[in-house]
Amino acid sequence: MTEKVLMKGNEAFAEAAIRGGSRYYFGYPITPQSEIPEYMSKELPKWGGAFLQAESELAAINMAYGAAAAGGNVFISSSSPGIALMQEGLSFMCSAQVPCVILNVSRCGPGVGGIQPGQCDYYQATRGGGNGDYRIPVFAPDSIQSSIDILYEATDLAQKYRNPIMILADGMMGQMMEPVLMPEPKYVPTLEELPTARPWAVTGTAKGYRNVVKSLFMKPDELEVNVEKIFEKYDEAAKDLVRYETYNLEDAEVVFVAFGTLSRITREAMEILETKGIKAGLIRPISLWPFPAEAFEQINPKTKVVISNELSMGQMIDDVERCVKGRYPVRLIHRTGGIVPTSLEIVEKTMKILGEY
Amino acid sequence: MFNQKNPYFAPTDKRVLIVAGHYGSGKTEFSVSLAMHLAELNRGTGKKLALVDLDIANPYFRSRERRKLLEEYGIKVYADVYDSEITAELPALSAEIRKPLEDDSTYVIVDVGGNDAGARVLNQFKRYCAGDHLFLTVINANRPETRDLEGAVYHLESIRHETGLAPDGIINNCHLLMETTANTVKKGHKLCEEVSKATGIPIFCDCYPEPLVKREDLEGLSEHLMPIKMYMRESWLDK
Repeated sequence: MTEKVLMKGNEAFAEAAIRGGSRYYFGYPITPQSEIPEYMSKELPKWGGAFLQAESELAAINMAYGAAAAGGNVFISSSSPGIALMQEGLSFMCSAQVPCVILNVSRCGPGVGGIQPGQCDYYQATRGGGNGDYRIPVFAPDSIQSSIDILYEATDLAQKYRNPIMILADGMMGQMMEPVLMPEPKYVPTLEELPTARPWAVTGTAKGYRNVVKSLFMKPDELEVNVEKIFEKYDEAAKDLVRYETYNLEDAEVVFVAFGTLSRITREAMEILETKGIKAGLIRPISLWPFPAEAFEQINPKTKVVISNELSMGQMIDDVERCVKGRYPVRLIHRTGGIVPTSLEIVEKTMKILGEY
Repeated sequence: MFNQKNPYFAPTDKRVLIVAGHYGSGKTEFSVSLAMHLAELNRGTGKKLALVDLDIANPYFRSRERRKLLEEYGIKVYADVYDSEITAELPALSAEIRKPLEDDSTYVIVDVGGNDAGARVLNQFKRYCAGDHLFLTVINANRPETRDLEGAVYHLESIRHETGLAPDGIINNCHLLMETTANTVKKGHKLCEEVSKATGIPIFCDCYPEPLVKREDLEGLSEHLMPIKMYMRESWLDK
């Protein structure tokens, strides 16, 4: 497509994943992302791929584990409680070094929660709900186009690191519409090419050798070696995958930290603050893990306060405090329950906080 | 109300305008804008206008979310019994929806959910306004699935098939949100003309987003032009 089209977030996520090389999708419908399995069921067969509606998210993640271990490019998606069910599988895939792209079009929790947008899966995404030592790189786009761009790249990143890569969007981004440009489809290795393209994968024994993909290491020293091996990759990812944007940090008296949907409302709030003579800056983490610590080194010494702006009770604020290292006061502005604040609400709360410094 | 001369569409004796169309074609923005225009035109006349929100497919951005604004303009809103309380997310349509459909003194705009699947719900209600309705389908030529004649006709036919209602009019709602220009609207008009030629269904009106596109930029395009004010869209989405 060389011309812009108008797409709903969920449709665009699915199309971008396909164009980025994903060919296998396993999932179970859940609002606000059910358009994705619907789109995949219709479109994937046209690309020589496969869609399978699993009986649950638990089944879906294990189907993903199997298909990806066999060398397939797997993309899966769900929303918060569904992603929670997939945590065990993600831990297994990290241990067994199996690549996969996973998208969370998040809603608000805890428990079954509500279907409106939330960012209260920050801990789940960046710390993981699965067991053991593992990491998952997490990216948080703020528009449908930036979601397309990261989903287009994500399959290659997953294959490069042989690890799940997570995209954390939210219900608002899944449901809203924006004009977008779709990239050209990438080449995907054929089944015949897989043994060469993915020499580690379990593609069959006809070639006379046997691969084993596993997460079970009975002997402690072997397990330690495996964990250290995957952490060598995480060290590399922690350096190479840091992504962020900053706005007006040079002369900001207040610096917001916000990601995804909320970063856009924050930008509108910054414009309003400017009309009141208040200079506000923004750090927008794009990679949530690795968290962009280096961005916080750009905060100017005159800054009075750093505000973590979240659609949760305050989760990212832990990382913000870690990176601010006590140099500035850190405060929280937040809504939860699926409520998305207006820019005016953010402005009012910011003025109140600024009044204290 | 619908039978009086207005700048938006050819007057009709029908009392119920049913708005269906492809998912994301802009049915809700169209319905809300049309209701607001008509309420303005008929301010103080005592005529009754209702908006029935039959969208049980979409979890976000539904016309009932603008109930407060619409009711300030005297437009009565009928919807899901859970209204904006969407956490339950049950497609629980109230029998109250029949009220405006059956009341001969109320003019009604019906905002239907997207695609054939979203329009299916009409089967439950169409008997209450049979013969007294115009069935309109919205087409946005910038949506990938309705960007050409084949796709647009396919969607029109699938909605006809699902609802058993023959479309009476096509609404050109070709836009690209804040990137919309007069040429965008013209491009959509061209596709709708092709659809009209292929199906025999007339164009009901052409929509343009205000104030991005001005009426005079579309001079000569069509007799019936309707400005769309994006009531559903939050301002920060376009920052």
